[in-house]
Amino acid sequence: MLTLQCPYCGVDAEETELQGGGEAHLKRFGPGSNDDDFEGYLFLRENQKGIHFERWRHAYGCGKWFLAARHTNTLEVFGTYPAQSTEPPQHIKDAISAKLPGWKWGNFS
Amino acid sequence: MSNAVTPLGGAKTNIGGLTLEDMGLQGMISLRGDLSSKALAKAVKAVTGQGVPELRTANVMGGKGAAWMSPDELLLFVPYAEADAAVATISETMKAEHHLAVNVSDARGFMRLSGAGAHEVMSKNAPVDFHKDVFTAGMFRRSRLGQVAAAFWLDAEGGFNVVCFRSVADYVYRLLEVSAEAGAVDAL
Repeated sequence: MLTLQCPYCGVDAEETELQGGGEAHLKRFGPGSNDDDFEGYLFLRENQKGIHFERWRHAYGCGKWFLAARHTNTLEVFGTYPAQSTEPPQHIKDAISAKLPGWKWGNFS
Repeated sequence: MSNAVTPLGGAKTNIGGLTLEDMGLQGMISLRGDLSSKALAKAVKAVTGQGVPELRTANVMGGKGAAWMSPDELLLFVPYAEADAAVATISETMKAEHHLAVNVSDARGFMRLSGAGAHEVMSKNAPVDFHKDVFTAGMFRRSRLGQVAAAFWLDAEGGFNVVCFRSVADYVYRLLEVSAEAGAVDAL
């Protein structure tokens, strides 16, 4: 069972209390962008075996969106942080580096 | 004026040594805004007589008080007949600030579960740690009960106060009733 700590209300919320929201840190390409960028925004995802950054909503709790860093294979959670972040906080990056040296995900490493 | 009734019609059950009862008509106001604001604190004090509750707590005494719903939302408890006047007071006190205050009294079901084993009955239905040393009096939590959203807190007398949407009040009542059949099993 996946348990994530909501960074807003501090609750250790388990899976049934949460709602997944897909990949985090997507950059939106809307009207006026070229087709390749738009395609990438709509369809292309990281989908790697290893570290992944995701959006989650504490649906049955405080109702807020937050972001989580998680290992897709071992389900290890490296941390959660507010949805207003444009990149993962340093302490989460450090926690990932300690476990997965040389990790890379999108523009982050 | 229409005759206001609760979704549970004043139901009360004694089962497995526990008591489950409809709490009757209760004024409830959903208040959203900046919880650190002075005007909000003043408004909450004016209508409930209580301060702004801390993270995940409720300070409801005798049908008046406030509960922490999210980082920008409180649920205020006032006497049923005073709810509209309380909303007007809040709107006046907070008129200079961005906020939302709505009387949701008739959109909620409100019941209370008390007696030995109440912690255990609750823990059958919500993904929350209800151990007596962990979930203590005054703690408030929004989660789910069975399949529906609910909010609950433990009062000083050891009873769980449960707030849910009106349309699912019957479900929640029956769910707690069935869960209470076995009574206290001394697991927590």
